Amino acid sequence: MDNIVLQVKNLNVYYGSKKVVSNLNIEIFRNYITAVMGPSGCGKTTFIRTLNRMHEFTPNAKAEGSIILNGQVLDKMDPILVRRRIGMVFQKPNPFPTMNIHDNVIAGYILNGIRMKKSDLNAIVEDCLTKAGLWEEVKDDLYKKGTFLSGGQQQRLCIARALAMQPDILLLDEPTSALDPIATAHIEELIVELKKDVTILLVTHNIAQAGRVSDYVTFMYLGELIEYGTAEQMFTAPENEKTNKFLTGAIG
Amino acid sequence: MNNFDTDKHFKFRKLKNKVFKYFLYFLSSLSIIPLILIIVHIFKNGISAININFFTSLPKPVGESGGGILNAIVGTSMLVMIASVMAIPVGISTGVYLNEHRKNRLSYYIQLSAEVLQSIPSIVIGIVAWIWIVLPMGHFSALSGGIALGIMMLPTIIKSTEETLKLIPHSLKEASLALGVPYYKTILKVLLPASLSGIITGILIGIARIAGETAPLLFTAFGNPFLNFSINKPVASLPLLIFNYATSPYDDWHKIAWGASLVLITFIFTLNIFTRLFTKKYKVKF
Repeated sequence: MDNIVLQVKNLNVYYGSKKVVSNLNIEIFRNYITAVMGPSGCGKTTFIRTLNRMHEFTPNAKAEGSIILNGQVLDKMDPILVRRRIGMVFQKPNPFPTMNIHDNVIAGYILNGIRMKKSDLNAIVEDCLTKAGLWEEVKDDLYKKGTFLSGGQQQRLCIARALAMQPDILLLDEPTSALDPIATAHIEELIVELKKDVTILLVTHNIAQAGRVSDYVTFMYLGELIEYGTAEQMFTAPENEKTNKFLTGAIG
Repeated sequence: MNNFDTDKHFKFRKLKNKVFKYFLYFLSSLSIIPLILIIVHIFKNGISAININFFTSLPKPVGESGGGILNAIVGTSMLVMIASVMAIPVGISTGVYLNEHRKNRLSYYIQLSAEVLQSIPSIVIGIVAWIWIVLPMGHFSALSGGIALGIMMLPTIIKSTEETLKLIPHSLKEASLALGVPYYKTILKVLLPASLSGIITGILIGIARIAGETAPLLFTAFGNPFLNFSINKPVASLPLLIFNYATSPYDDWHKIAWGASLVLITFIFTLNIFTRLFTKKYKVKF
């Protein structure tokens, strides 16, 4: 069971009285990319927001069931610790506008008040920007504001920022939906590159993207997990009728 | 070719456009005329009173020439400071609360009271401060005046803090929370710095607003012809001094009132220019 990093059992998520995720069971494998596919409104974003307990900031949101991260029950951990172990990158790039590129990467350290030697921090900055494929482009502009970068660069900066906390899992919530095709291609290459360091959960409603980057694919529909399997099996011989319909464009 | 494209038709349309444009120019330039007239008038009457002495000495008794407004400058600075110390922390916290809890009952009432507070006549605030502070203390004081001005400053700061925070995309807050940053640090270190320019603007506008207030000070700070640094005693202030001197029968005092008006107007003008520069320079791009 060593290769299972995250285990979700009987997860139900409600907004008020409305059930958005129902009875979801899944095991996420370490150092693989798992894509969460499904049409808009099927609960995929809600699902991954429960994983780092970001749903707690949504009023009326309530999650039931158990999530186990590396053998630890998520609900019993401090939410702040959970979010340091499970990083998140959002749909729209959101670098901190008051910080320069350098500080944006180590924002998690600065904002949490974690004191470290300057040389160590600089090493983290270089390491994470390199991993995010941004180092060569910004190494001379480290002390310029992050918001001057292009959308794609900003998103890679946000990935670097999430990586800096050395998370076990990185949640990517449609990270390319606000980007142009070239920037998207960049990010996709980067995601594949990153899996040796971190387990990745990628939410996407772009079937082709899921096909290009993922090792495992889940298909969600109306809050339910319809099918889960290797990418190869899901794209060539889906077992469920609905998955087949989604992949062929009949629903979604 | 139809008759819409004829030369004559075009010429008439262009003429109408031009007339409309100049009409707009004319009416909008009308609005700056009062300000220019006021400034020119005050400048003409006040400039002759201004010299170094004017800023560094105290008023002289009637009949003696010269004398300055040092007491009023010190007094106004003290009042503004007391008001700011009171209003800034309360105002910013309230603005943050309103932005964080947009739909609950308490924020509805806070919003309502901030709006009502803004429109309460300043003389009424003066009277209330008199009843609350001057009566129990038994004497006029800088403190009571500062509190009256602080109450007047509050709505401006609340509104500007709330409005600027509203402009900050929700994704920024999530970015911070997702890094495991606690809620209070997210507010203090991410949201407030990002809205700093708007908050400072609100504070400067608030100061510009209260620096010229006379009515709330009539029963509170009261005025004082001598230099006073104690918040427990009455102090002079620029608008009070202008009010008292301008309504006096002495020409010397009228001159000082004009000079003081010039000083006050220059201060407020500079504050406004600073506000503009500040907003431009520290505007955060998301």
